[in-house]
Amino acid sequence: MPGITREEVAHLARLARLELKGEELDHFAGQLDDIIGAVARVSEVADQDVPPTSHPLPLTNVMRADEVRPSLTPAQALSGAPAQEQQRFKVPQILGED
Amino acid sequence: MTVTDLVSYEDALASYDPVMGLEVHVELGTKTKMFCGCSTELKQDANSQTCPVCLGLPGALPVVNEIGVESAIKIGLALHCEIAEWCRFARKNYFYPDMPKNFQTSQYDEPIAFNGYLDVQLEDGEIFRVEIERAHMEEDTGKSTHVGGAAGRIHGASHSLLDYNRAGIPLIEIVTKPIEGAGARAPEVAKAYVAELRELIKALGVSEARMEMGQMRCDVNLSLRPNGTETFGTRSETKNVNSLRSVERAARFEIQRHAAVLSSGGTIVQETRHFHEEDGSTTAGRIKDNAEDYRYFPEPDLVPVAPARDWVEELRKGLPELPRLRRARLKEEWGVSEHDMQSILNAGAVDLIVATIEAGAPSDQARKWWMGELARNANETGRGLDELPITPAQVARVAALVAKGDLNDKLARQVIEGVLAGEGDPDTVVEKRGLKVVSDEGALSTAVDEAIAGNAAIADKIRGGKVAAAGALVGAVMKATRGQADAARVRELILEKLGVEG
Amino acid sequence: MTDIIKLTAAEIAAKIASGELTAVEVTEAHLARIDAVDEKVHAFLHIDREGALAQARAVDAKREAGEKLGPLAGVPLALKDIFTTKDMPTTVGSKILEGWVPPYDATLTRKLRDADVVILGKTNMDEFAMGSSTENSAYGPTGNPWDLTRIPGGSGGGSSAALASYEAPLAIGTDTGGSIRQPAAVTGTVGVKPTYGGVSRYGMVAFSSSLDQGGPCARTVLDAALLHEAIAGHDPLDSTSIDAPVPPVVEAARNGSVQGMRVGVVKQFRGEGYQAGVLQRFDESVELLKSLGADIVELDCPSFDLALSAYYLIAPSECSSNLARFDAMRYGLRVGDDGTKSAEEVTALTREAGFGDEVKRRVILGTYALSSGYYDAYYGSAQKVRTLITQDFEKAFEQVDVIVSPTTPTTAFPIGERADDPMAMYLADLCTIPTNLAGNSAMSLPCGLAPEDGLPVGLQIIAPAMKDDRLYKVGAAVEAAFVQKWGHPLLEEAPSL
Ligand SMILES: [Mg+2]
Ligand SMILES: [Zn+2]
Repeated sequence: MPGITREEVAHLARLARLELKGEELDHFAGQLDDIIGAVARVSEVADQDVPPTSHPLPLTNVMRADEVRPSLTPAQALSGAPAQEQQRFKVPQILGED
Repeated sequence: MTVTDLVSYEDALASYDPVMGLEVHVELGTKTKMFCGCSTELKQDANSQTCPVCLGLPGALPVVNEIGVESAIKIGLALHCEIAEWCRFARKNYFYPDMPKNFQTSQYDEPIAFNGYLDVQLEDGEIFRVEIERAHMEEDTGKSTHVGGAAGRIHGASHSLLDYNRAGIPLIEIVTKPIEGAGARAPEVAKAYVAELRELIKALGVSEARMEMGQMRCDVNLSLRPNGTETFGTRSETKNVNSLRSVERAARFEIQRHAAVLSSGGTIVQETRHFHEEDGSTTAGRIKDNAEDYRYFPEPDLVPVAPARDWVEELRKGLPELPRLRRARLKEEWGVSEHDMQSILNAGAVDLIVATIEAGAPSDQARKWWMGELARNANETGRGLDELPITPAQVARVAALVAKGDLNDKLARQVIEGVLAGEGDPDTVVEKRGLKVVSDEGALSTAVDEAIAGNAAIADKIRGGKVAAAGALVGAVMKATRGQADAARVRELILEKLGVEG
Repeated sequence: MTDIIKLTAAEIAAKIASGELTAVEVTEAHLARIDAVDEKVHAFLHIDREGALAQARAVDAKREAGEKLGPLAGVPLALKDIFTTKDMPTTVGSKILEGWVPPYDATLTRKLRDADVVILGKTNMDEFAMGSSTENSAYGPTGNPWDLTRIPGGSGGGSSAALASYEAPLAIGTDTGGSIRQPAAVTGTVGVKPTYGGVSRYGMVAFSSSLDQGGPCARTVLDAALLHEAIAGHDPLDSTSIDAPVPPVVEAARNGSVQGMRVGVVKQFRGEGYQAGVLQRFDESVELLKSLGADIVELDCPSFDLALSAYYLIAPSECSSNLARFDAMRYGLRVGDDGTKSAEEVTALTREAGFGDEVKRRVILGTYALSSGYYDAYYGSAQKVRTLITQDFEKAFEQVDVIVSPTTPTTAFPIGERADDPMAMYLADLCTIPTNLAGNSAMSLPCGLAPEDGLPVGLQIIAPAMKDDRLYKVGAAVEAAFVQKWGHPLLEEAPSL
C-alpha cells in the first residue's frame, strides 16, 4: 500500500498551502516515500478490535462558565499584524467565495 | 449576471421530484464565545472583542462554553433528537483568512444531537414532518470587508480587511435528512421549516435567531429525480439564504433551473451557489471536487463531552411549550384562521402580539397594529418587527387610547409614526403633535353647522332621505378639524341637525 | 564569585534567602557567563538582560522588605522559545515568527514570574520543536558543551546546552517525543517530561497537542523537582490540564530511595541501533539499582515496536493542523504581498519561505495521513497503536513501580551527520516516544560516559501518570549513588569552554 508519488506530494503541498519548488518536490517525494514506507507498519493493527486513543487522558466535560473575560485591546490584537487598516487586519485580495 | 434557463415550475414538477436538504446555522446568544471569554455583543469596535484564543495566536487553547453545550442539548431535545452520551469536537481543516486557526472547531461523526424531527405546519394546515439528521456545535468565522472592488464584492477587490469580533461565536448547525415527498410544496416546506425552527430557537431562549442579522443562516441543498424513481440526483448547495422568503424562492428557482438542465439532457454540477435577493436567482460558486478534503480529526485540545443523563433529563423537563402547539392554542384563543396565523408567524409577530395582549390590548387590536401599520413600516425600512423602536406596551397604550375614544385610527397611526420617529412614548406624541380627538361639543357643533352651510345641496339630499350622502359632510368636518374629530360623533351630529334618523 | 554559576538552583535560592548572595549578583554572574560562552554554544536566541536584572532587583527588594521568598526566588532560568512572553520575542525557532512579540504570557511564563524566577532569555530549539538535534532551528544550531561539534539534542537543545555550559541553573523544555529527555541525556543533565496534563500548555506554541508537555530541565534531580513544582498544576485555560494536586515531587527528591521498589526493564528497549557504550552504562545502572535494594523485573511490551511509527503519524497529523494558522494574515512573516497576489498565494509563498525542511516534511506527511482515504489506515491505526501502548504500560505498571531504559540509543552525534536523513534522526527518540503516546511521566538523568566516545549517557525512568514523584524518588537515589561513585557530578568532567 505505501508509496507516495511526486504528484501526490504536489497535491498535498497545495492543500497545506506550501509553494514548493520543483527540486523540493523531488527531494521530499523521495524522503516521504521512505518515511511512509516505514510508518505504514501501523496498519498491522488496523483490523484489531481496539478503540483508538485520541486523548492520552480519560478526561471529559471540561467546560467554563459563560462569563466575559477581558479581551485584548484592538492595538494588542493587531500588534503582530503584517499590515492593518481601519483597526482591521489588512490582507491581500481573497479569492473564492463571494 | 449570467442568464439561466428555467422551465416553468409546473413543467418542472410534471417531470421531476425534488429532494431537499436544509442546513441551518444558528448563532447562540451566549454572553461569551464558544471557546474563549470574549464578549459576543454585536456592533462593537473592530477587533475589540478578541483574545489569543479567538485570534488563533500561537499557544492559545480553547475551553468549551458550558452554555454553548447546554443550548445545543436544548435544541437537540426540542427537535426530538437523541443526545450523545459521549461525543467529541473535531477540527475541520481548510484555509480561509476569516478563520484564524485555518481550521474550524466543529463536530464530525459524533454530533451532540442526532436523529430527530420537526413537525411544521403548511399554510393549509397540513403537518409535514421534517426529519433531522443532526445538530452539532461549532464556531463562527470573522468578518471580511472587501476594499477596492464594486460594492464591497470580493471580485475586483484590491485587498480585504478582517475583523475577528465574530470569530468564535458559538454556532449550532442543524442538518435535515433528505426531505422527500414534498413535491410541488418543497419550497413551502423549506420556508415553513425555517420559520418553525426560528420560532423554536427563540422559544428556547438560546438565540434571538434574527435572520436579517445573520444570527440564523440557511443553506438549501436541492436535487431532482425523475418522478417515480428512487435514486437522488446530483445536488446544488445554495449558501446563505437569509430570509424566509428567500428560502422559498431559492428552492423554487433551483427546481426550475435543475429541471431545465436535466430536461435538455444536461447534468447538474455539484457546486455551491449564491442566492441573489434582487431577482431570486442563484449563480454558480465553487465546484465541489475532490480537492476539497477537510481532513477532520478529533480536536486534541478539547476533551470529549459526555452530557450526564440527569442533566439531559433536567433540560428536557425545562423545555418550553413547542411553538407549533403554542400557536395552535393562540389561534384558538384569538379566533383567527390558519392562514392568518401563518402570516403572523412569518412576520415574526407571535411573541410581540402576545406581549401586547399581556400589556392590556385586546387581541384583535394587537394583531391589527403589528400586522398592519407596523409590519408595513418594518418592511419599508428593512427591519424585523422586533427591531422597530416601539414596545408592545406602547402599542397597547395606543390601543387603549383608541378604545377610550381619545384617538381614532387615523390619529393612532400618526401616534405610532411619532413613536417610531423617536418622538417619545404615545402620550408624549399625542401631546406634542396635538393629536387628541376633538371632543369639545361646541366646537364640533360649529364645524358641523359650517359644513352644512357650505354644502347646501348635499344637506338637502340628506334631508330628502339619502343618508349615505352624510359621508361627504363627515369628510368636510374631518378636514376642517384636521382629522381630530370622532367621525362617528360627527355623523350623529349631522343627522341630528338635519332631522334624519341614522 | 566565579563559583556562583556552578551552584545548584536550591543552593542559589538558599543563599539569596539568607542574604549571602543577592539576586542581582547571581543574575549578573550568569549574564557574564552567557557573554563569555554563548557565542560558541549558541544556547540563546534572545537574552533579556534588562528584564532579568529588573526581576532580580525586585527579588532583592522583597527580601530587604522582609517578605517571604519562594523556593526559587532569584534563581535564573533559560526559557525555551516556545512559550509566549509579553516582553520578549517568541519565535519557536522559526523564521515565520521572527520578531513576533506575543501580546500575552503563557501560563508557565506567568507561573515562573509569580515564583520570582529570573528569566534570562529564550533558548534555541528545533523549529516548532520538530527535531532531535536543534539543527532545525532557523537561527543556526546549538553546540553540545561536551563537544561543540556535536548536537545538544533536540528539540530543546538550547535549554540543555544552557544548563551544561553553566549559563543557567534551570531551564524549561517541552517534550513531544523526547525533546526534554533526549537533550538531557546527551548533555549530562536532568530533564523531566511530566504526566500529560500536569503542566499547562496554554501559551506553549503547539506542535502536537495530544503529545506536547512542558517540563523542567536542571543539573540535579532536586532542582528539577523544585522547578516542576513551580510550573505544574491545574490551569482552567487548558482543557487538558489535570485538576488534581501536583504529585509531591520535591518531597520525593529530598527522600531518594529505591529500597523494595520493583523496577522494570523492557525487552523492547534494546537491540539493533543501540550503541554498545550506552547499553553498558544502562546495564551498570540496573546493577546499581539492584545494589540499592530494587527488585528488577523483566517486561515485554510488544506494542512499543510500533511506537515510532505511530508517533510519526500522530505528531505530523496534529502539527499539519496546528501550524495552519501561520498564514501571513494576522502575525508573523508575510512574503510576496506586492499588491498583485491573492491571500492564498501570499500564504503559500510565506509558508514556503518561512518554514524549514523538517516542518514542511511533517506538514505534508500529516496532511497525507489525515486525507480521506488514508485516515483509517494511518491516523486511525496509529491511534489504535496508542491504545495498545497504553495497555502495555498498564500491564507493566501492575508488576513494577517504575520502568528504566536508556534515554536514547546513542550519545550525541556530530552536527550535520543526520541533518538530511530524517529516518536516522527519528531513531533518537526510540525510547522516549512510548511515554508521550501513553501520557505518563518520565525522567532522564546522567548515568555515566560512554567508554567509546566519552560522551554522556542518559538513564530514563518511566512512571505511571500522576506518579511523577516516583521519578524523583528513584532519580534522587540513583543520582546520589552515582555522584558518590564518581566523586563529583558528571558535568564536572565536561571540558571547560
Ligand atoms: Mg458547519
Ligand atoms: Zn476570544
